[in-house]
Amino acid sequence: MELNSNIPSGPLEQKWDKHKADMKLVNPANKRKFKVIVVGTGLAGASAAATLAELGYNVTAVTYHDSPRRAHSIAAQGGINAAKNYQNDGDSVWRLFYDTVKGGDFRAREANVHRLAQVSVNIIDQCVAQGVPFAREYGGYLDNRSFGGAQVSRTFYARGQTGQQLLLGAYQALSRQIGLGKVTQLNRREMMDLIVIDGRARGIVTRDLLTGKIESVLGDAVLLCTGGYGNVFYLSTNAKNCNVTAAYRAYKRGAYFANPCYTQIHPTCIPVSGDYQSKLTLMSESLRNDGRIWVPKKHGDTRKPADIPENERDYYLERKYPSFGNLSPRDIASRAAKEACDDGRGVGPGGRGVYLDFADAINRLGKHTIEDRYGNLFEMYERITGDDPYSVPMRIYPAVHYTMGGLWVDYNLMSTVPGLFVLGEANFSDHGANRLGASALMQGLADGYFVIPYTLGGYFGQVGPSPLPSYDAPEVKAAEKMAADKVQSLLSIGGKRTPTSFHRELGTLMWDKCGMARNRKGLQEALQEIPAIREEFWKNLYVPGTGEQLNQSLELASRVADFLEFAEVLVGDALHREESCGGHFREEYQTEDGEAKRNDDQFTYVAAWQYNGDGAAPSLHKEALNFENVHLATRSYK
Amino acid sequence: MNLRLHIWRQAGPADQGMMKTYDLAGVNEHMSFLEMLDVLNEQLLNAGEEPVAFEHDCREGICGTCGMVINGRPHGPIARTTACQLHMRSFKDGDEIYIEPWRATAFPVVRDLVVDRSAFDRVIQKGGFISANTGTAPDGNAILVPKTDADHAMDAAACIGCGACVAACPNASAMLFVSAKMGHLSYLPQGQAERSTRAMNMVLQMDAEGFGGCSNHYECEAACPKGISVEFIARMNRDVAASALFGRD
Ligand SMILES: Cc1cc2nc3c(=O)[nH]c(=O)nc-3n(C[C@H](O)[C@H](O)[C@H](O)COP(=O)(O)OP(=O)(O)OC[C@H]3O[C@@H](n4cnc5c(N)ncnc54)[C@H](O)[C@@H]3O)c2cc1C
Ligand code: FES
Repeated sequence: MELNSNIPSGPLEQKWDKHKADMKLVNPANKRKFKVIVVGTGLAGASAAATLAELGYNVTAVTYHDSPRRAHSIAAQGGINAAKNYQNDGDSVWRLFYDTVKGGDFRAREANVHRLAQVSVNIIDQCVAQGVPFAREYGGYLDNRSFGGAQVSRTFYARGQTGQQLLLGAYQALSRQIGLGKVTQLNRREMMDLIVIDGRARGIVTRDLLTGKIESVLGDAVLLCTGGYGNVFYLSTNAKNCNVTAAYRAYKRGAYFANPCYTQIHPTCIPVSGDYQSKLTLMSESLRNDGRIWVPKKHGDTRKPADIPENERDYYLERKYPSFGNLSPRDIASRAAKEACDDGRGVGPGGRGVYLDFADAINRLGKHTIEDRYGNLFEMYERITGDDPYSVPMRIYPAVHYTMGGLWVDYNLMSTVPGLFVLGEANFSDHGANRLGASALMQGLADGYFVIPYTLGGYFGQVGPSPLPSYDAPEVKAAEKMAADKVQSLLSIGGKRTPTSFHRELGTLMWDKCGMARNRKGLQEALQEIPAIREEFWKNLYVPGTGEQLNQSLELASRVADFLEFAEVLVGDALHREESCGGHFREEYQTEDGEAKRNDDQFTYVAAWQYNGDGAAPSLHKEALNFENVHLATRSYK
Repeated sequence: MNLRLHIWRQAGPADQGMMKTYDLAGVNEHMSFLEMLDVLNEQLLNAGEEPVAFEHDCREGICGTCGMVINGRPHGPIARTTACQLHMRSFKDGDEIYIEPWRATAFPVVRDLVVDRSAFDRVIQKGGFISANTGTAPDGNAILVPKTDADHAMDAAACIGCGACVAACPNASAMLFVSAKMGHLSYLPQGQAERSTRAMNMVLQMDAEGFGGCSNHYECEAACPKGISVEFIARMNRDVAASALFGRD
């Protein structure tokens, strides 16, 4: 299939407005005849479900959580970007657009990113109207802070709990629609498969996590808002239950998977402390507004940080990237930390850590100001490590955090399966090879509040209303049987190893061979080892209990089974992309001073992978990226 | 360290349930409480037994999914700390630890330590929002919010909906949860239009869900991992009284 991004014609600034004017509309009385299934109630899903219900569509929202409010978006700390230019510091839609394209190392679609920057301003307005308690200045005006990859202050925040407050805003809007009977909310239901009938996405197969019942939900369109796949690495900053199943199952039903190798390693996380470690904790990027990152100049220096004099410290980000300093983008800051540690100058147990030091900021601004800005983060740090960051520098290390790759979508957010739309972190669309801080919240809400309400109408306007397929349709029954069979197979292996042990094994392999730095040999080895782990999984897995009860081991096993297949697609993509860009760093392709070296002649495209059956290699489709408005430059933060 | 754990086991909603004892060796002080339970569960699985069901997701103290009564206290011994953020350095070798689910009529047990908290969602659905359809909003800075009001609103909005307040209350009252949402919205100018209907509708639903009344024990505030103040309850009571007096507009 030829990939058509459906980017509207015309000048960049006018594309979205023109597209909105050109799209077909659905008249108000007809809207309730369309049933929309929204999978996931994070920022993308909750905002979409609420808005579509407000418009009059008949919405069913599904989540595996016990409440829509628990989605992983809740954990976002630092903030959300918007081109409001409230600080009068030179920000604009153009600048946010440009920073995002550049931050993504010129591997994103211009038109999508520009639209994102345009609607960013509406998001803030909408959230304020809903009662999101953003930080304010004394005059009552909205306050901002800075994030990496930008030289303006455009990040809006609610203490260190921005994701929580934005999600609660969307959750409350959704709750209002549930209360009004406009949204049917299905909690504790896991999507197991996508149902495609006559070439259109018409529903999903779900498993009730309390009773095990396999049941389909049918409708006129399916919106996947199911988040990212960072947990393929086992250890990440993602919530424990985040998984790839919904997206991967859609891939197996014909949706192409784009750029799976673009994974983001966040520079400031609390280092691993032992092999019992179940997840990693992020220390928000906002800390880099005031914290300075350093390691000792001397190799193997074991003195306490306070005993290391100023001139024996290497503030390596400030040294290497003087114009962005500690606010260099994530991929760059992470690699620099790895480099320092590989060089034997890391601090703490195992030498896998660098300091994030607030001493200067505390001297300059006073402890009170720092407490006001980051109090809850400091508390969290102390709770986890037992150290007080007001008196000793934090110790941090990079960790898997976000996935820029995801299901391929066109400008309308529709995948290669007509009627299947993908929103939020689950799609690949806006961040290229590296996402800038505070831009995921922006994208999730842009997709849900301001893009899909228009583009979904455009789709319905085209296909028109049609009767719901029968719940006895062969496609429905076949998909249900597949889901039931998967559960049964997992339960009946009767081996010896736990689902977690396999997840951990896969994650370790992925981190070692396809993590912060990748090379051909390692990737080829990973492609040998993943199928071996998968084989062992299907021979030697042990899942207790039955499929007719709450069974958390079974849930996990089912997700790990999909990770074990998906990992191969990710590694295959990393192997094929013979260049370094953003979060994808191939050791073979670097400049003399160790920076990522892109190969624009050969790789200025989106790699979209098509499933060809188990055991068969997926085929590659390329969507060429055309840069008409920005100049394809070497990214420099020096 | 070596621990003796007494854990509530209940196969399903209809099951009687009972405490069972497990000895766990080699616990590391840097583990989180949930990681300690992970280790126990891996051991149970390796022995062919059913692991202890408990809920969790973010493990960062923000999603509100985790929750269990640890030695008689919701979320355990450390103030302002969720179970997932509790670390084993708060315990010592040889400790006996009692772990139970939230206990409240409105939160029926699903399995082991997992309870059903959907009553909270239904209370929010009755009024815990500002009715602002997407697309209708004026410019963000058109609505000025004094910093102190924004700070108060944020103090209340920090609630993670975990249910510890209900579990701590001798009456299983949900007043802290409900009043936190009302306080969040009533401190903001945007929240004024629906202030009294919101108060009335949320309280009616709260009662319908079977939560108890408040008799000023203040156990809720002590148990709240976000330190939400009982002052919001007083504020809510004023709003409810006002809405009863002046009708439900
Ligand atoms: C610790 C942390 C801090 C962050 N901080 C920031 C920040 O400051 N600024 C920023 O911009 N970004 C931040 N991010 C990134 C950002 O939070 C996420 O990218 C974003 O919230 C994702 O939103 P989403 O709606 O796409 O998905 P999610 O919030 O992950 O929601 C996914 C939803 O899908 C449901 N789901 C998934 N699979 C299934 C299935 N099979 N069946 C049923 N339901 C399913 C889940 O239940 C959930 O409701 C942070 C991320 C982390 C990990
Ligand atoms: S797991 Fe999220 S608050 Fe504890």
